[in-house]
Amino acid sequence: MGILDKEFSDSNIVITKTEDLLNWARLSSIWQLSFGLACCAIEMMATSASHYDFDRFGVIPRPTPRQADAIIISGTVTLKMATRIKRLYEQMPDPKYIISMGSCANCGGPYWEHGYHVLKGIDRVIPVDVYVPGCPPRPEALLEGLLKLQDKIRHETLRKKTA
Amino acid sequence: MMKPEEIFELLKQKFDDKIIGFENELPVDSYIVVNPLAIKEVSKFLRDNEQLKFDSLMCLSGVDDANEKKTKDEEGNEVIEKGTLSVYYHLHSIELGHKVNLKVSVSVDNPNVESVESIWRTADWHEREAYDMFGIVFLNHPDLRRILMPEDWEAGHPLRKDYKNPEFYNGMRVPY
Repeated sequence: MGILDKEFSDSNIVITKTEDLLNWARLSSIWQLSFGLACCAIEMMATSASHYDFDRFGVIPRPTPRQADAIIISGTVTLKMATRIKRLYEQMPDPKYIISMGSCANCGGPYWEHGYHVLKGIDRVIPVDVYVPGCPPRPEALLEGLLKLQDKIRHETLRKKTA
Repeated sequence: MMKPEEIFELLKQKFDDKIIGFENELPVDSYIVVNPLAIKEVSKFLRDNEQLKFDSLMCLSGVDDANEKKTKDEEGNEVIEKGTLSVYYHLHSIELGHKVNLKVSVSVDNPNVESVESIWRTADWHEREAYDMFGIVFLNHPDLRRILMPEDWEAGHPLRKDYKNPEFYNGMRVPY
């Protein structure tokens, strides 16, 4: 499905579908919103750093939601923060993607019962594309989550969805 | 260096009935119980006295003592004796190297404690937290707002024993 892996023969012309071209461009440069919440954010930063190198997948942090394609919800979402996250999400241009990272963002994690201040899952506020389990997930797990997201984008279609 | 017992004697001499008592039972740290409306003047004395020089408020914490009592009177009606909220002050003198703890207790119905923000600036946010979590009102605090919970949180003070978490907050479901 990639584009650059198609062989060039005589000339440097590639014939492809618009859909594939757009998807390829999108999945190869997922700019994530520079945004971290808790201990998961530390793992996310480790994933961004040289050893795991998020950048090789085209993921670079953007400090403004208006230039971001994805947001990684990396940590415990308090009710107070949930309102802010919703606003950040609404400020991002389409198409936008969400990775929910770690147990807290997935379902409340260890705070599921007595966390009076914790939102029990970010999907109660914004739609999630990929859930990464773990507490916190290792960088490999987050990379796996990113690959899953890329896979999802790769199969997107321009056609209007029917019910 | 002064021992807590000696500090208690000194305070008792100076403030008389504003100092309520001294608890010294192991394994808990000893503490001096103070009248909640006199805590500010006692604190000022503790900070400024040459022998004491408590220049650091290490911590200020609120506690719900969970001592509400439910009894039945002769006619079988339930009588509720309201519990108390407490504030603990952990003081340290960096210069003289001694420590002392203070405690004030107030009833849940009337939780007013004099603020010590003007004595130790540390108390500012600590008192806001105690207010946020327990609803203890610090009189004459310059900016007594919630510090952790959302500013529009209406369900009360979450660390109180009688606290009930709401079903919804701003359209978001709260329980699991």
